[in-house]
Amino acid sequence: MTEAQPLAALAALADVVRSKNAGPFELTLDVIFTTRGHYELVKRDRLINRQVVAELYGLPAADVGEPIFYDPARAVKLNLRRPLPSGSVGETDVYGAQQHGPLLTLLLPLPEEGTPAT
Amino acid sequence: MEEIRILAATAILGYGFPDAAFEEGLARRPHVIAADAGSSDPGPYYLGAGESFTDRAAVRRDLERMLTAARRLRVPVVVGSAGGAGAAPHLEWLRAIADAIAAERGLRLRTALIPADVPQQTVLDALRADRISAVPFGPELTEADVRASSRIVAQLGAEPLVEALRGGADLVLAGRAYDPAVFAALPLLHGFDAGLALHLGKILECAAIAAVPGSGSDCMLGTLRRDHFTVEPLSPERRCTPTSVAAHTLYEKSDPYHLPGPGGHLDLTDCVFTPEGERGVRVTGSRHVPAPYTFKLEGARLRGYRTVSLAGARDPVFVRELDAIVAGVRERVADNFPDLKPDEYRLLVRVYGRDGCMGALEPHPVVAGHEVGLVIEAVAGTQALADTLCAFARSTMLHFGYPGRLSTAGNLAFPYSPSDFHAGAVYEWSVYHLLRVDDPGASFPIHWTELPEGAS
Repeated sequence: MTEAQPLAALAALADVVRSKNAGPFELTLDVIFTTRGHYELVKRDRLINRQVVAELYGLPAADVGEPIFYDPARAVKLNLRRPLPSGSVGETDVYGAQQHGPLLTLLLPLPEEGTPAT
Repeated sequence: MEEIRILAATAILGYGFPDAAFEEGLARRPHVIAADAGSSDPGPYYLGAGESFTDRAAVRRDLERMLTAARRLRVPVVVGSAGGAGAAPHLEWLRAIADAIAAERGLRLRTALIPADVPQQTVLDALRADRISAVPFGPELTEADVRASSRIVAQLGAEPLVEALRGGADLVLAGRAYDPAVFAALPLLHGFDAGLALHLGKILECAAIAAVPGSGSDCMLGTLRRDHFTVEPLSPERRCTPTSVAAHTLYEKSDPYHLPGPGGHLDLTDCVFTPEGERGVRVTGSRHVPAPYTFKLEGARLRGYRTVSLAGARDPVFVRELDAIVAGVRERVADNFPDLKPDEYRLLVRVYGRDGCMGALEPHPVVAGHEVGLVIEAVAGTQALADTLCAFARSTMLHFGYPGRLSTAGNLAFPYSPSDFHAGAVYEWSVYHLLRVDDPGASFPIHWTELPEGAS
């Protein structure tokens, strides 16, 4: 990754960016990349990591699980501690389905020319 | 038996399915028709209150089609997590629906009812015996949590469902159950590989969600053979792709390679997904790794009662001063009811257009638009007190003075009269823990009955 490399928002590079409960205490976020090449780049350089996610969500890194790279679906899975358990008083999203917004704005470098887009 | 064909009608009983797709599934001569009927996603209320989050008429519509078709084919119907949350009142709710269907359609159903309720004392004994553990990011369980729970259920594994099918059930209605178990039960009865059967069940429990375009209200057919399985959607406009099926194992789970279940975990590290025919996908390599048997326990406790008031605001000065106004309203409430202690109620003002969806996780908690939506919410020990607090906060906010105010006739736009709504009882999760047991079959006996009841 160099200074000159063009960047794009994750929303433009993924087929799926979603969040959902994994039980009442945990949010699980999935990013499915559009191209194999981009997924491999992000995986190789660990461009999505605990620190990046913690900063996006304003959480301590301890509240973010280690990202899991899932090759069969060109996907990265992220797990976060919910600030409040699902359904508790003051909680905002019982299903956890609208917690992916900050990920959409994450800027990532584009893969170099010629990377196979499968 | 070389293969077992499983028809998954819909992602949750009551979410519906197209008749044409269902008929296409029936034409493949399935050996079992199954559906998961529940989830903990809708939150703790439904378990605590003993109510279904699905609609009775919609559930009846789905179950009636499944039962009449299954009797025609002489195959069983298996439903898990009855009534959504799967406790005793939910199971009874679904049993009564099945009973009415059987009576009206002239069906005779040898029915296995499998309650999933766990007595408080059983959980307390297990807690003292150090057999309870927390889930990731979840709290440790306390005796007070257990005692406060209005209901506790366990997510049943496939074992009692297998027993019910072995006993010749036409209809199996289980309380809270591990979602894949309802689909895996018949294959496990016939000695098929547990890894393949449970992975297939994991996909089928969401019906056509694993297809593209995905749908939770459309049918999917699973075909399990000795060394692989295939899945295929039954509406012509959908297809499964290796990516869509692989991606499904991400859904609602914290690790796509290792999916924990009641008696071990699914290891999907070596899975291979390949196209099969026009619209299907073949899966190999799913493995079940046995582990000490654990049940996931779910319990809910009553937290209080809620009243809400919905309003909007589009005055720019009001919106600019909103934080101070909300703080001022809180002060007025506390001042007006001095006998109430701060821990006797919660007063919340949710601001949609700012951080209504994400709360503390919102990176940009600022109002960017020209209006906001407000939910004024009171939670207290009685509905009457919640009503009082919500009404007083609402009227105070409507007429609250603030610096630079131009709109002195009122601050809020209420879409409704009456402006305040009883949201009723508020429950919260009290138990969401793992219980380690020695014998998974011991605790959840089958209750046999003939439906319609009273007809003999």
